[in-house]
Amino acid sequence: MNGAFGKSWLWIAAVAFALLLPWCFYDFHTARHSGFMLSMLSQMGMMIILALSYNMLLGQAGLFSLCHATFFGIGGYATVHFLNAAGDGDLPLPMEIIPLLGGFSGLGLAIIFGYMATKQRATAFAMITLGIGELMATAALMFHHFFGGEGGVSTNRMIDHSLFGLTYASGVQVYYLILAWTLIATLAMFFLTKTPLGRMANATRDNFERAQFMGYDPRVVRFLQFSLSGLFAGIGGALYAITYEIVTFDALAGPLSANALLMAYIGGTTVFGGPVLGAVLITLLQSGVSLMSNSWLVYVGVLFISMVIFAPSGIAGLIMGHKPILRAGKLGQLVVPYIRVLVPGLLLVLGFVGLVELTSFLTIGAAQGKTLVLGGNKIDVHATMPWLVSAIALFGGGAWLRIEARHFRRVWDGLMADLKSADGKAERVLA
Amino acid sequence: MSIPASGTPALSIREITKSFGQTAIIRGVSLDIAAGERHAIIGPNGAGKTTCFNLISGRFPISSGEIYLNGERIDQLPPHKINRMGLSRSFQITSIFQRMSVFENLRCALLWSRGYRYSFWSPLWMQRELNAQAEFLLEDLNLHTRRDLPAGLLSYAEQRALEIGMTIAGGASVILLDEPTAGMSNTETDYAMDLIRRVTKGKTLVMVEHDMKVVFDLADVITVLVYGQVIASGPPETVRANPAVQEAYLGALVE
Repeated sequence: MNGAFGKSWLWIAAVAFALLLPWCFYDFHTARHSGFMLSMLSQMGMMIILALSYNMLLGQAGLFSLCHATFFGIGGYATVHFLNAAGDGDLPLPMEIIPLLGGFSGLGLAIIFGYMATKQRATAFAMITLGIGELMATAALMFHHFFGGEGGVSTNRMIDHSLFGLTYASGVQVYYLILAWTLIATLAMFFLTKTPLGRMANATRDNFERAQFMGYDPRVVRFLQFSLSGLFAGIGGALYAITYEIVTFDALAGPLSANALLMAYIGGTTVFGGPVLGAVLITLLQSGVSLMSNSWLVYVGVLFISMVIFAPSGIAGLIMGHKPILRAGKLGQLVVPYIRVLVPGLLLVLGFVGLVELTSFLTIGAAQGKTLVLGGNKIDVHATMPWLVSAIALFGGGAWLRIEARHFRRVWDGLMADLKSADGKAERVLA
Repeated sequence: MSIPASGTPALSIREITKSFGQTAIIRGVSLDIAAGERHAIIGPNGAGKTTCFNLISGRFPISSGEIYLNGERIDQLPPHKINRMGLSRSFQITSIFQRMSVFENLRCALLWSRGYRYSFWSPLWMQRELNAQAEFLLEDLNLHTRRDLPAGLLSYAEQRALEIGMTIAGGASVILLDEPTAGMSNTETDYAMDLIRRVTKGKTLVMVEHDMKVVFDLADVITVLVYGQVIASGPPETVRANPAVQEAYLGALVE
């Protein structure tokens, strides 16, 4: 069917891009890959799997889980033990298959916990998963044998057993392994949305009672969906273990569960590919901005809150909102309004960042003996001027943005009204 | 689904009661509905008509009594099991999958009865027969021009038509319709009646309805429910002539 794979060119382009990306940062003088880039790209791969598998719950089944990292983490821990066994020669499996074992570990645990959590839905479900997350975090610190306590467990990924004769000594080999598994997992999750279970997950999300009166037990739908999402999270965790060769408490604790939610939500839960965008963006912020600023988490938080308030369908939702306008060939009419919003928007952001950074350098930065440098100039955080400029940019930009946003709204509504009268079908849609 | 012995009522309700806390809503209702019958349940507001439907379809548990579907007891079963045994219902408040397309709504309604169960390995786009059946239903409901629209964006009358379509899609032999024409204009009501007649042909139909024109046009048997009790049940003429009914309900409406 054309509709199912209509966007396949986008997928192919993304894969080609991901294949080529490490070579864009290849240093031909030293004949070496950029370690920073490879590690960031690898991180993106596993975060894409985490975010997509989380969206199998949040976006597709309407299940608000707070323990998704549990299954990612268990996949990671299990993989460390699998790799150690393989290294000792006790597990005659090639490296390429090991992530699947991590996935099965996630699946196994998700079956156990899913059985409990999916007895309920909505708020009660969320609370049970919160409990499960805390339970596992505590267990990870208590059971040293498997989890290694605070120090975690470590391994060596060079198990000398590969389908393709690879050693995985270099980061680029690991990157391609991650890319391959990210692709497999993504395609599998996409396939699932096109099966009876995937559709009934959407159906129980929209109206669980109606699903019951069509012969489906919503609990079974929730349970299967939850278990399968644990399988994929486990694969993500396995890739984490292979990349870092150490798995600690962080891989299954609450903050990573929250991260899964952030990535899925910011990217957009209503479109299949949305969480991919979220995972890429958050990883970029995490790896890139965290180098430049102590306060990167503040920015992620503010971004999340802004998205929840102004764009609840996420980045992907925002993009999809332009589809009818694009189809009518009227996207050009939005360019000027967009620029008019962008300028005050940028001013607002700069003002906000300025104030956050000034505060940060006044407190944490001072303690660390750092100074704020902007364009080669040292900035005195005790002077009035930088604070004043930032505050003016923030509030001035904010006020200006309000005016421009209203103008943008008018143009947007006008365009939508045009489309409505042009298309009889759309008339009912928007009425 | 077992084939009922001739004479076994399609739906048999024996002395059911339902209380919410101290309040008795259904106070001992018994009804036998024959296979193929078109049965209307009427009564003033708060008589317990919708509650009755909720009890029969398993949405709420009954407080006491027994319910049989084609001779098999169903009153202890959850809704999805009752549905699999051949009973399907619609809702007074439109109950569709708002964010899914109209086509997807109908296809989902077909899934269980076509044996797909919880399959996560059958790609839906390859299920020729299933997709053809969903398309056929779309045509039948006159919704084919709305195929890919999210169901929540349909007009009210269209949503009601979709609701009926989803109710009958699974091929249930007993259909419960809860106020299928509520809130419709006259033209819409006529169209809906036509649709109901068409898609429930050969099935047992039980409906709650306020519109007396619809009731007397469609029903073979009318049951009048007042304060959780049956005060009359029989063919339309008998019920219309019943003095208790006239006093309690119809009198106010039919001069």
